[in-house]
Amino acid sequence: MATTMAAGPVPTVEPAEFVAERRGYWSMVFTRLRRDPVTIVCLLIILTIILAAIFAPWVAPHDPYKTSMLKRLKPPGTDDFLLGTDELGRDMLTRLIYGGRVSLFTAIAPVVMALLLGGSLGVIAGFVGGKVNMAIMRTMDVFYAFPSVLLAIAISGALGTGIVNAVIALTLVFMPPICRVAETVTTQVRNLDFVAAARATPAGTMRILLVHVLGNVLGPILIYASSLISVSIIIASGLSFLGLGVSPPEADWGLMLNTLRQSIYVAPLNAALPGVMIFITGMCFNLMSDGLRTAMDMKL
Amino acid sequence: MLFYILRRILYAIPISIGVSVVCFSLVYIGPGDPLSAILPAEASQEIVDRMKREYGLDKPLPVQYLVWLGKLLTGDLGISIQTGRPVIAELGPALVNSVILAVGAALVGFGLGSLFGGIAGYNQGRPADRFFTAFAITGVSVPHYWLAIVLVIIFSVELGWLPSLGMTGSGGTEFTFSAENFRHMVLPVIALSVIPIGILARTVRGAVSELLAMEFVEALRSKGLSEAKILRHVTKNVAPQALAVVGLQLGSLLGGSILVETVFAWPGTGLLLNNAIFARDIPMLQGTILVLALIFVSLNLIVDVIQASLDPRIAR
Repeated sequence: MATTMAAGPVPTVEPAEFVAERRGYWSMVFTRLRRDPVTIVCLLIILTIILAAIFAPWVAPHDPYKTSMLKRLKPPGTDDFLLGTDELGRDMLTRLIYGGRVSLFTAIAPVVMALLLGGSLGVIAGFVGGKVNMAIMRTMDVFYAFPSVLLAIAISGALGTGIVNAVIALTLVFMPPICRVAETVTTQVRNLDFVAAARATPAGTMRILLVHVLGNVLGPILIYASSLISVSIIIASGLSFLGLGVSPPEADWGLMLNTLRQSIYVAPLNAALPGVMIFITGMCFNLMSDGLRTAMDMKL
Repeated sequence: MLFYILRRILYAIPISIGVSVVCFSLVYIGPGDPLSAILPAEASQEIVDRMKREYGLDKPLPVQYLVWLGKLLTGDLGISIQTGRPVIAELGPALVNSVILAVGAALVGFGLGSLFGGIAGYNQGRPADRFFTAFAITGVSVPHYWLAIVLVIIFSVELGWLPSLGMTGSGGTEFTFSAENFRHMVLPVIALSVIPIGILARTVRGAVSELLAMEFVEALRSKGLSEAKILRHVTKNVAPQALAVVGLQLGSLLGGSILVETVFAWPGTGLLLNNAIFARDIPMLQGTILVLALIFVSLNLIVDVIQASLDPRIAR
């Protein structure tokens, strides 16, 4: 990105683009995003799901824990149960809204933690180079040697069930890829001319690292990390589906999918619903991250 | 070339050692003593100490690791706490069953993924491209364990065409290449193959459209070569990349099939792991994960070597 920004306008550039270029990088990204309806729709869906999860007590129509033996497994649209009821007669819509809290947390928290830990390690490895680089990157290679789902299950299986353990396991899964991307871009930026120029000035190492290097590597790392959220939600819900996440009666989408699996012969629609939430959320994060990448890549 | 292969093999050794360290430490990151799963809570300190000596748990960790590694090299993965049988005896047949599913899914993924990606790349920007690209994005975003449940709902519950559980109707766990086995395989393989289809379609689409923009394709066209012949050139150039992706996917499928195996109660490594986790059968967990990870490492190695022999530029 640094190279394209430094290159300046090409002589044959269209006048409109030239104006856009002068408005600055972020306003151009924003203009490009506004012209991309898919990304906007995905963003809106994600925002809706997140807001509904945060404000669940006010949004949800019923009590998520109130069971009723008489109203078990009602199909969607029965009485005032918009999406039906689950195997204990609890309102599906309410449970899905509340379930979003845990599902989103266990999906997003590991990526954020991996971004902080793996990102810093990668930037350090790339910036310092030499033996430090070797030590950090070879350690990451070991974790890279596990298929991601297997590593997540291995660690959370050994740690035992629980949300915190699931988050730790997923953080360890996402650290190596983020670290690798951070290391690659940092090494690239470190060798660019403007960093060499900054070294010639009285700027200290810390200043070069924070201003010149970090300012240029943060974008690509963030975009990459955002693309991991869709993977994270699938694996996190998968852990929960195996029973390694939250414990009943609390629920997230993965655990709901697991418990409702017994009811596929009675209420197939209800049984499939929690998975639909995982699917939609994962898909939207995926498409949104793609859209962001396209909007932020000035070479396109 | 030979030098490259040697270097690649040498590189796999420290990785494998690292993998074994991670698997070894799985015992110690969990809550409580490794013995707590075998010993009753009211066991006296005397018995605990004796058991520790017997299992070698009184020695320092590095020594314990070396002892464990030594046994490993002779094929001894320990004894399953749950069944009392050697881990390797339980693991063998389960691994075969998982490999069958993974290979099936990888083949389907390779075939359909290349086809879809090829069509999309060849028709870049046209409706066919948009359709298959959308399909690929869906493939990588769909939670495959949910897809497995949806498939069961449609094809087993509603239509009654295919069985929903197990490997045979009678609960057998040995694959015999019978029609019944294959009928039980259909749904798990479809559920597992969506991810490789999506990933492969994306890779092949990218490779094909990049290739078609190259000058040599233009030259072939201006030479008057038929589209079919050009397609052959394209295939030859894209194949190494597609093969590499499939090889890596095979490893991921093997390690990632636990969720789908759970849905279908398929008697593979996934089911084994699932049982081991909830029985806190650490030797079983450790052994299964170690073997799966080592297979993954070897597959990466094989893929790299094959890729380098197909495209000598990689070996440098």
